[in-house]
Amino acid sequence: MANALTFATVSKRFRGDSHTIIALDGVTFSIQSGQVTGLIGPDGAGKTTLMRLAASLLRPDSGVIRVMGLDSDAQSLAVQSSVGYMPQRFGLYEDLSVWENLDLYADLQGLALDTRLVRYNELMQMTGLAPFTDRLAGKLSGGMKQKLGLACALLRSPALLLLDEPTVGVDPVSRRELWQIVYRQVEDQGMSVLLSTAYLNEAERCDKVILLHEGKLLGQGEPGEFSRTMQGRTFTVSTAGLSCRRLQTKLGYAPEVLDALVEGDAVRLVMASAQLPSAATLLPGQAGVSISPVEPRFEDAFVARLKRAPEGHQAALTMGLNVSVGQEHEVIRVHELVRRFGDFVAVNQVSFSVRRGEIFGLLGANGAGKSTTFRMLCGLLPASSGEVAVAGHDLSRAGPDARRHIGYMAQKFSLYGDLSVMQNLRFFSSVYGLRGMQQKQRLAWALATFELSPYRSANAADLPLGYKQRLAFAVALMHEPEILFLDEPTSGVDPLARREFWARTNALAEAGVTVLVTTHFMEEANYCDRLVIMAQGEVLAEGTPQDMKALARTDAQPDPSMEDAFIRLIEQHQNKANTA
Amino acid sequence: MNASARMRVWGMIRKESLQILRDPSSISIAFVMPVVLLFLFGYGVSLDAKDIAVGIVIEQPDTASDALAGAFERSAFFRPQRFESIQMARQALDEHRIDGVVWLRSDFSTRLFSGNEAPIGVIVNGVDSNQANITKRYIEGAWLAWLDHYAGIRGQSILMPVELESRVWFNAALSSRLFLVPGLIAIIMTLIGSLLTAMVVAREWERGTMEALMATPLRMTEMLAGKLIPYFVLGMGGMLLSVALAVWQFDVPLRGSFWLLMVSSALFMLVALAIGLLISVVSKNQFVAGQVAIIATFLPAFILSGFLFDINSMPEVIQWLTHLIPARYFVAILQTLFLAGDVWPVVLSNMGALLLMLVFFAVLVWHKTGKGLE
Repeated sequence: MANALTFATVSKRFRGDSHTIIALDGVTFSIQSGQVTGLIGPDGAGKTTLMRLAASLLRPDSGVIRVMGLDSDAQSLAVQSSVGYMPQRFGLYEDLSVWENLDLYADLQGLALDTRLVRYNELMQMTGLAPFTDRLAGKLSGGMKQKLGLACALLRSPALLLLDEPTVGVDPVSRRELWQIVYRQVEDQGMSVLLSTAYLNEAERCDKVILLHEGKLLGQGEPGEFSRTMQGRTFTVSTAGLSCRRLQTKLGYAPEVLDALVEGDAVRLVMASAQLPSAATLLPGQAGVSISPVEPRFEDAFVARLKRAPEGHQAALTMGLNVSVGQEHEVIRVHELVRRFGDFVAVNQVSFSVRRGEIFGLLGANGAGKSTTFRMLCGLLPASSGEVAVAGHDLSRAGPDARRHIGYMAQKFSLYGDLSVMQNLRFFSSVYGLRGMQQKQRLAWALATFELSPYRSANAADLPLGYKQRLAFAVALMHEPEILFLDEPTSGVDPLARREFWARTNALAEAGVTVLVTTHFMEEANYCDRLVIMAQGEVLAEGTPQDMKALARTDAQPDPSMEDAFIRLIEQHQNKANTA
Repeated sequence: MNASARMRVWGMIRKESLQILRDPSSISIAFVMPVVLLFLFGYGVSLDAKDIAVGIVIEQPDTASDALAGAFERSAFFRPQRFESIQMARQALDEHRIDGVVWLRSDFSTRLFSGNEAPIGVIVNGVDSNQANITKRYIEGAWLAWLDHYAGIRGQSILMPVELESRVWFNAALSSRLFLVPGLIAIIMTLIGSLLTAMVVAREWERGTMEALMATPLRMTEMLAGKLIPYFVLGMGGMLLSVALAVWQFDVPLRGSFWLLMVSSALFMLVALAIGLLISVVSKNQFVAGQVAIIATFLPAFILSGFLFDINSMPEVIQWLTHLIPARYFVAILQTLFLAGDVWPVVLSNMGALLLMLVFFAVLVWHKTGKGLE
């Protein structure tokens, strides 16, 4: 059989309260059997809808879907007998043990009783879950849940494995292990795999890639083909005199530049055409500029396809903030902070300090203790022990005046969905005591700086994700705080919106705001001045991004990525725990 | 059903049972709540007349009036108080010190012997009409009993147009517990059947597990069966516990057949489960499902089933409305089986109504649950 899955001009609409959402629009593609195909696209591109259509959980409005030669609409039960599907939230019962979850899915998939024990053991060995078979699924870590979800989908060795964003929010070590398991299935059993992801760097691990954006297919092929179209258009730029961040800001508005990213000590450029740019056009008046070509990546192709070149001449982004900056050098100090929930230690002896005007990152997988640390810093959660000082105050004890110094953007969208953009801005600014002329000015500022004017009377719940994030960002800045806490601001946001977000954050730091940010995107560590890497509630390392990478530098790996560094640290930590 | 279908249903049942055992809230809804409700209604709520505070006003005391006052004083139902004048008694009534007044006018004895109509006046406080009715009836009963007794002593017979002999059937002691407790079983089963089921299916949607279930070859009928069977067992368990408590703790007689009780309970349980499934299929959210289940099943069962308030004394529109409440039929069955016995016409007609409801809701559930996520 040549094709494991084919979509022929498939469209799918959802009727909302006020308008119809077109989730998929005339999508045609096919995936070959025995291959790993990556479904790549930002949030809201239609990835999950496509996955559910392939699993016969939804019916297409038009078009034909064939799974292993079966019609997904007419033969849905047959399709479901030959497909293994892992939904985004893994589909596990948290109040059942690992073993009981396996039993349930084995029953549902009709796995013969006499083959079960062998298959369970095989899967438990492969996923490393063997020591935890009696543990409740709810008590597993994020990475372990993901592997159990995968094991449940693999029980009967399906012909086609559908994985919906299996790697989101999972730590890089687990992510790497998941990829190993998936490839083993392909090699040993000739399984076909369709895997969706928002991590662009994972595209390169796939045999084939399908690129989806706003319900439309943008392209399909080998990841290398995508990168090759970018040949000759990617460069790194470094200068002696400028900080990376300032360099990036400047380059971002230079002519012909599609994308500028901080990477290590240099800035990586994607150009509109394959031409070596000259230092004079990129950075007029700047001495000591060195430009060298680099190998293109999949992400470059993605950005190049989606990003419109800046129109005409654009002024560099400035935040226009009036931040009253205090004198002290150290703005945030955390000393041996501990937080326990029952006998579970969520944050264990965490210490670090943040200097004025820094972008400071807390990097770690879901469940590493980042958000708990954050909540203690903001005074939303009392610490079990240890010291916290933010602008000289312990916010859990200090009065409302101390809170005026900080802005906080929560991980989940925490604005009022049924209020309009303007109403949200007005409400939150008045909560912070803004009145009259001052409030008016700030409202105008927010609409202009975050380009929210076209949506000013739209309900916040109806905004596109990127705009929701902008609104939340604007709300956090209404009272011009000198310290800004951003909890997973880029989670679930597409790469373009993420770039835009970091450009704004950079501008904030330039304006003197101290920014504390958590993220599980490893490469975003590059935007930070300094960071700590956290795992299981502990700080594994503190330093600049370059310091972190230096930890992982070996002869075999002269230029490690942040992810390599992270994996290295986790492994060292585990070894230490094992020997202790 | 072939082997793999049996395996799927069995897998669902086992999963559901494990979840019930591990979730303290389902266990407490099924077993703790019945006990709490039964004790609350069995001991706490009483619609009985006992120690009714009545004022007695005798305008011209003589032997006949003294004898009547004595009869009230000896009765277990009354706690009489003498008042000098009707004005004072009225004031006591206004101040809620007494619930009613028995007023013997100055011509009491004269009229009594002349054989004319009843010469006593009765005033009751009508603020609480239920209480007022009870008080009035008990006073009338006491008066008639005394009249009869008095005539017998004097060797005369009083000429009465109709001799009133009241006898309370099925509940001779007029203990409200005897009809509250069987009715309560219907309320408890409504809770287990509808509330619990509505919540557990909605939970699958909320936690994203429904998606994983649906991606397996599991059919919708198998899913529904796997959900219904454990909760059916749980509900019947709660019901048996309630019956045991009713019979052994509250001394409610079970005059009908136990097996008929089981069969009709099973039928009602299925109706409740079907409603619960319908709610959860439509709402897909635990909070909403819980709210809807309370408002659409529990409250109507409480108020309109005849468990607490007599349906015949409701306005006609409301009476008509009670026919839409499944608990109404089951309360009738329960009260009949416990207090009267196997009265087949009553039991069968009510079971017929339940059967119709079951078919109606089952078809609706079937219609609403297509396999798929839309």
